[in-house]
Amino acid sequence: MSGIPHDHYEPQSRGAKWLHHRLPVVGLIYDTIMIPTPKNLNWMWIWGIVLMFCLVLQIVTGIVLAMHYTPHVDMAFASVEHIMRNVNHGHMLRYIHQNGAMLFFLAVYIHIFRGMYYGSYKSPREVTWIIGMLIYLLMMATAFMGYVLPWGQMSFWGATVITGLFGAIPGVGEALQTWLLGGPAVGNATLNRFFSLHYLLPFVILGLVIVHIWAFHTTGNNNPAGVEVRRDSKEVAEKDTLPFWPYFVIKDLFALAVILLLFWALVGFMPNYLGHADNYIEADPLVTPSHIVPEWYFLPFYAILRAFTSDVWVVMFANWISFGIIDATFFGVLAMFGAIFVMVLLPWLDTSSVRSGRYRPMFKWWFWLFIVNFVVLTWAGAMPAEGIYTTIALIGTAYWFAYFLIIMPLLGVLEKPTAPPATIEEDFKATVKKPSGKGGKGPDAEPIPAE
Amino acid sequence: MIRHIALSALSAITAATLSLAPAPAHAAGGVGEITDFQFSFEGPFGSYDRAQLQRGLQVYTEVCAACHGLQYVPFRTLTQETGPALSPDAMRAYAADFEVQDRETGDWRPAGGPDHFPQSMMETAPDLSLMAKARIGFEGPYGLGINQFLRGMGGPEYIASFLLGYDGREEFQAGAMFYYNTAYDGWVSMAPVLWEDGVEYADGTPATVEQQAQDVAAFLMWAAEPHLTERKRAGFIGVVLLALLASLLYLTNKRLWAPVKQKAKEES
Repeated sequence: MSGIPHDHYEPQSRGAKWLHHRLPVVGLIYDTIMIPTPKNLNWMWIWGIVLMFCLVLQIVTGIVLAMHYTPHVDMAFASVEHIMRNVNHGHMLRYIHQNGAMLFFLAVYIHIFRGMYYGSYKSPREVTWIIGMLIYLLMMATAFMGYVLPWGQMSFWGATVITGLFGAIPGVGEALQTWLLGGPAVGNATLNRFFSLHYLLPFVILGLVIVHIWAFHTTGNNNPAGVEVRRDSKEVAEKDTLPFWPYFVIKDLFALAVILLLFWALVGFMPNYLGHADNYIEADPLVTPSHIVPEWYFLPFYAILRAFTSDVWVVMFANWISFGIIDATFFGVLAMFGAIFVMVLLPWLDTSSVRSGRYRPMFKWWFWLFIVNFVVLTWAGAMPAEGIYTTIALIGTAYWFAYFLIIMPLLGVLEKPTAPPATIEEDFKATVKKPSGKGGKGPDAEPIPAE
Repeated sequence: MIRHIALSALSAITAATLSLAPAPAHAAGGVGEITDFQFSFEGPFGSYDRAQLQRGLQVYTEVCAACHGLQYVPFRTLTQETGPALSPDAMRAYAADFEVQDRETGDWRPAGGPDHFPQSMMETAPDLSLMAKARIGFEGPYGLGINQFLRGMGGPEYIASFLLGYDGREEFQAGAMFYYNTAYDGWVSMAPVLWEDGVEYADGTPATVEQQAQDVAAFLMWAAEPHLTERKRAGFIGVVLLALLASLLYLTNKRLWAPVKQKAKEES
């Protein structure tokens, strides 16, 4: 499957040959797990396995939870309590599923930022990047709809606020919102369709994950040095790579075990840490919580959404130029979706000739500022939309767009990158030689982007 | 039961519009004064104190139940080993004091083990099944809430502080009586309900107001999170097993990569 020369599966026994000529499934699995993988991958390359694990975990726990859950406005909240109290180990299943979503998003953000730092989106891996972004969008949709299912106060009002965004679209907005909700307001029809879609979308994600993996198995993995594996012959390629099994499987499993240890401590000792207390109150359309906040993984985009008030000059300008069609709310909606869309365009916005951020002295600063900005936006999203918080969110939003639309295109021209190593082999030797205090766990020459 | 209702109808003058329900609205902005009581179920190894839960059940029955309900809690769970651990007979006798409407016949009959506690008696009194998880007492340090690892989220602390938070100020507004509560940091329609020796504990514990408030708060925490002990146990076992697994994988990984790294060192 990979363009890198490597051994292929040869059926040995008669039975294996018989099957191989009819369906080469063993060969497909062999080629997939024996893919030649750059030797120099660091600990930032473990998140893919973590994400795969999260997806399977969410699907498995979700299927069991669905056996005991009732998607009806009168019974949903009670059925979740039934799971928490009466179903065998139901409380663990639900807490794992609830916190599993948190781990899923933490991992996906680190995975995305790793791609941004090491230029994993750059040619020839644009398709991998775009599919990844589609997966991320679907994850957000799935998580949002899943959060509505317990039918608590925050579920109900979160759904009201988020679907209200579609209502802000001029002209078709109201009709679109009614169509999404299945009625004039969030109600039983909404709950039912969200349940249906929350069950469906993970399988769409699973399909896209397979395509995502297929895409990077075709191009080969990126790596911290950002130089390609030499493909002149199998022998040369083997100087740069090791087979995925067992070298990277064991490494990834070790990392997964450490992460799961922390995850399990969260589930066991403080499962409601990242949740909202208000969601333990049943949904009441007549009582609005004073402070409606989405889950933490939406907060940066929530901050962008709320940053644009009608007194911001770009909003006033947009309003004037569009003859009043674009108001502050709609502008915020556009900005929020635009913030994700510019990420999708990153392969074409980055003009640098060097792939890895390790060899881009100026880029490094802007990148870390981007990470800090992301944290600031997360924080601003959790604060009430008033006073200084809106200003901070606006500055953060400005930097978000500037990073993608101005800094990335300009840096390629202005920056003088340092010389990357000629080969992966060279980079690997350099990292191995370094006296690392990591106990020989593998090359780790880079500061690790962390949340 | 009728006696309880009558008693509390006197004590809780509740023809009110403002109830406990909007409390989190205030709690989000600035919680009032919450006392950080020490509960046995805090921390990674904490578990419920059986005697305290039984006392709390008594306070709930004699005081709270007059207005409030526990609609998600089945009576049979009162026998739970890690909970109040009533004997099955004691549980059935306790349940029989409550009247429930039979689902099939629609008639009123004494409750049995599988039935749930009744719902709230009045509109303005919220159900208490999940109250200990629906309130956050403290979110420190620096609003990060990390200290809940050791101290919990402060739900029971909030409940106990609320019950003790009446400073005596009363006000007659819009045809109803309101009471100032320092835990809520505002006026509430619920009157103070705990009095010195207001209940007579079966186990002989002196029924101070503080004692009653903490006991009933602990009981409501159990009502909100009955599997807390099992969860923490599973958490501990899982952490130990994962630590073991991670150590073994670490050693495997180290050994697996050693020749590769050795070769790279020799060549360079």
